Amino acid sequence: MEIDYKIQDNIAVITWNMTTSPMNVLNDASIPEFEVALQKAYDDPEVKGIIVTSAKPEFIAGADLKMILRNQDQDPKEMLEVSMQLNRLFRRMETQGKPIVAAINGTVLGGGYEVCLACHHRIALDNPKTKIGLPEVKLGLLPGGGGTQRLPRMIGIQAAIPLMLEGKDVSPRQALELGMVDQVVATREEMMQAAKDWILANPSPLKPWDQINKKTGQIEARDNFKVPSGNVQSPVGVQAFAVGTAMVMEKTRGNYPAPLAILSCVYEGLQVNLDRAIPIEAKYFVQVARSKEAGNLIRTMFLGLNSANKGASRPKTIEKTEVKKLGILGAGLMGAGIAYVSAMAGIEVVLKDVSAEAAEKGKGYSRKLLDKAIAKGTLNEAKAEAILNLIKPTTETADLLGCDLIIEAVFESRDVKAVVIPEAEPMLVENGIFGSNTSTMPITGLATLSQKPEHFIGIHFFSPVDKMMLVELIVGEKTSDYALAVAIDYVRKIRKTPIVVNDSRGFYTSRCFITYSSEGMELLREGVNPVLIENAAKLAGMPVGPLAVTDEVALDLVYKIASQGIADGALTEGDTSYQISQNFVKLGRIGKKAKAGFYEYPDEGAKYLWSGLAEQFPIADEQPTLEEVKKRLLYRQALEAVRCFEEGVIRTKLDADLGSILAWGFPAYTGGTLSFVEYVGVEEFVLECDRMADAYGERFRPTSGLRKRV
Amino acid sequence: MTEAYIYDAVRTPRGRGKSDGSLHTIQPVQLLTTVLQNLRDRNDLDTGLIDDVIMGCVTPIGEQGADIARTAVLNAGYAQSVAGVQLNRFCSSGLEAMNMAAAYVMSGQVDLIVAGGVESMSRVPMGTDGGALGMNPQIVAEHKIVPQGISADLIATLYGYSRTDVDTFAAESYRRATDAQQAQRFQRSLVPIKDELGETLLDRDEGVRPGTTVESLAKLKPAFESIGKMGLDALALMKYPALTQINHVHHAGNSSQIVDGAAGVLIGSKAMGEKLGLKPRAKIIAFAVVGTEPTIMLTGPVPATEKALRRAGMGIDDIDLFEVNEAFAAIPLFFMEQLGVDHSKVNVNGGSIALGHPLGATGAILSATLLDEMERTNKATGLATLCIGGGMGIATIFERVG
Repeated sequence: MEIDYKIQDNIAVITWNMTTSPMNVLNDASIPEFEVALQKAYDDPEVKGIIVTSAKPEFIAGADLKMILRNQDQDPKEMLEVSMQLNRLFRRMETQGKPIVAAINGTVLGGGYEVCLACHHRIALDNPKTKIGLPEVKLGLLPGGGGTQRLPRMIGIQAAIPLMLEGKDVSPRQALELGMVDQVVATREEMMQAAKDWILANPSPLKPWDQINKKTGQIEARDNFKVPSGNVQSPVGVQAFAVGTAMVMEKTRGNYPAPLAILSCVYEGLQVNLDRAIPIEAKYFVQVARSKEAGNLIRTMFLGLNSANKGASRPKTIEKTEVKKLGILGAGLMGAGIAYVSAMAGIEVVLKDVSAEAAEKGKGYSRKLLDKAIAKGTLNEAKAEAILNLIKPTTETADLLGCDLIIEAVFESRDVKAVVIPEAEPMLVENGIFGSNTSTMPITGLATLSQKPEHFIGIHFFSPVDKMMLVELIVGEKTSDYALAVAIDYVRKIRKTPIVVNDSRGFYTSRCFITYSSEGMELLREGVNPVLIENAAKLAGMPVGPLAVTDEVALDLVYKIASQGIADGALTEGDTSYQISQNFVKLGRIGKKAKAGFYEYPDEGAKYLWSGLAEQFPIADEQPTLEEVKKRLLYRQALEAVRCFEEGVIRTKLDADLGSILAWGFPAYTGGTLSFVEYVGVEEFVLECDRMADAYGERFRPTSGLRKRV
Repeated sequence: MTEAYIYDAVRTPRGRGKSDGSLHTIQPVQLLTTVLQNLRDRNDLDTGLIDDVIMGCVTPIGEQGADIARTAVLNAGYAQSVAGVQLNRFCSSGLEAMNMAAAYVMSGQVDLIVAGGVESMSRVPMGTDGGALGMNPQIVAEHKIVPQGISADLIATLYGYSRTDVDTFAAESYRRATDAQQAQRFQRSLVPIKDELGETLLDRDEGVRPGTTVESLAKLKPAFESIGKMGLDALALMKYPALTQINHVHHAGNSSQIVDGAAGVLIGSKAMGEKLGLKPRAKIIAFAVVGTEPTIMLTGPVPATEKALRRAGMGIDDIDLFEVNEAFAAIPLFFMEQLGVDHSKVNVNGGSIALGHPLGATGAILSATLLDEMERTNKATGLATLCIGGGMGIATIFERVG
């Protein structure tokens, strides 16, 4: 049983309480039972009204996404029918005549809130932690249970559109202000009483968009409904759709179909009556739900992310471990950031640096972030103090005694690491793990500095640590499953997402990311307009253009990495990134930190491309198309990820996908670097890679593994 | 093929298109009625001989709705046998009406016809008719449809017209319009608008501001910068990824003025003119419309002019005088640069920046002004052209006769 049915004082109380799912969700199990319960109440002449509520802490969390993924390959007509069945159920709630009240006891999202919208009255329990909203857009979907139709009809087009486009949730009090709920009450008892009172006071409710057919006496949609605060064809509509569409396009670059479909549902749906509008929404829902983009977002960014966060890559045979005391060597930007996120998770942190000032400064970083949170009102002083007290800045190695995990985040020099690793390692508890935050040095090599290479692992954070959700765990030749389990348990504890990679030059993220920067430089060297390069990258969905991001990385570092690549025999001196970075180091234009790189960085105002680029790289008469530049920038990264996967550098497809999106902002609509190949189609991908290899160089040549997949 | 002759052209003055404008209390059908009555009375016409009245109107809703051309025919006391039709090709509607009228005459299906347009922008504001072009999210997103001001600024950015360039052009438009008004060069076509008591409400174009200079224009704030920041610049730049940004150079002082006005042109066959004893003023020898890239939207006058010239078997140097609608200063600048036309031949009596652009009527007003000037300065050929919303252009070539 998923749903309880009870009669109290001639009122049917339908209580969601799913046993097959941890949370109440709309799926193949719950929807039919809900329908049966409703029908029972409609049919019972003694029942005067219906209350819909939940026995769980949350009301209804939304639709079951696995159900949507399952339906992705279905015939669109079948999917439309599934969607229309649910919509007919909702519409029947509105039109069958008896009052239905949603008693919203907790969080209600997506399809759950659409159940509430179909009710005649919404009463929410006052709890600031309760979330109310329509977050479908975040998964590439749209509110397909009448949400795009009922919400704007209820609160107006301009109020409803941002809620659906941003998918943001609100508290019960905010929902009351917005008109998303009608009443907020303090206790569960009050909620149920208020629901009963409303039912008694409103025996025959009628939605403002409905009317009673004079001949049949039935409730039906009315044609001349006026949308509160303005119809589609009005100045309100012009603002909402002419400007609103532009804003959506600026944000999505046209890469995500759902936000535009939401606008179209409102634009088209609100020009007809509700009965005719619902199928319009349903058709857009089917298109969007079947889109590759929605599938990718659900697979990678929802189901995939959840499973990675639960430790999907963790060796199963090792029992759960817990880091209670953490040592950090080096209190620079990375060390200080790691200290902050660890203390936030309740871990005792020893932050060691060579000078007391440096160590204190590292702790000060946490103080600054906590003060910000206090100023915003998201944290109280006592809690902030308790968090700060967890961080012990020190210069003494002995303070590290008893650490479960020590992470070195010192300068990227083997000589320095050769000093600090042997010095700190003996302070670990028995079975303690040593981690290195290096982003460039192979872990197997560093592990030789350790007495216990099997307990040595790479724990690569990204900057800024408090914002970047990914941690790349690098398994060296000798790293044990135990060490990996400890590292994953630690990353889970600080609520970040772990991916696991095998040791290799640049690991996974740096190696793929650098191809993006490098392809930007290849384009520049060919005489492609740098404005086109940067804009094409952004239109492809990258957060920052390749030239801008290279400036941020800094060209002296690019030069250092390229030089090392030449020393290792992986690159030749003809390499474009080597030549350009060498030249720019000579010019003194090493990037953002020098306020001069590919861009100029004025003290006031935004950065702009350096005018001298035109002399360094004269713009060719013939320019490639926008699509070609986009293709080169994305394919190059995806192909490198394929190589990493085939070489065994990255262990799972999911880790490769998540790593690319979370580490360097590879566009999520593609599903990530490896999913990108299927997004394009393997055959097409190989064909295009071959074409580009012939045109631009062997770096685009597809792997034999890819050819086998065709 | 029958030739299409122009026998007369009449237009109202252009009143400021706001609630304080002199024509604001006059209904648009009344503006059009005045035009039709003047055409009839000046030419002593038996209106029963007129086959049709074609009128452009860009916002044909409210009191401009329900076929305002037929409404004005009835209201003007024309014979009930005279039909009427309203059309909308945005800013070119007045000229489009003339071209259609000419085509009817040329095809031999019509002998005498009135064409023109009307727009009371103070009473029926621009854009209030909505429309899928600028509002349907799928269409806006797919074709990157932005407001015209953004498009004009995009032209200025792409072709390097600075704020000073556009302001200099605008100041010259004001100077020429001021001179033309003082010299009474608009009088032949202009008919005053009177109220019910016979008092003249307006007998001159109201927007001409003598003394407008580059310096005074420099003080005005760009009109499209703030909406540009609301995603519209970004939408346009998706089609122009080689640009970093759009330079917003247009403002109220270098864009066409919002005004009220109407115009009508009497067009007919040579035979009909001879029968009625009318003296032909010019003939329409070629015309063309084109579609162009809809985001930048306003580049149409160049290909439309080229197409019309090709049809006429003429070169650009064969045209003595041009009227290029000054929707925004960048449009005539772009036209002159692309086709190599000297400013001394273009908009010699000022243009819509100084005089106003009553959307549906402008094409006919430009034609009337062009004919008057061709006669005054004894020029043989003239070309009128306008840029059009949705990415279109129109051009018509006139040749004086008699």
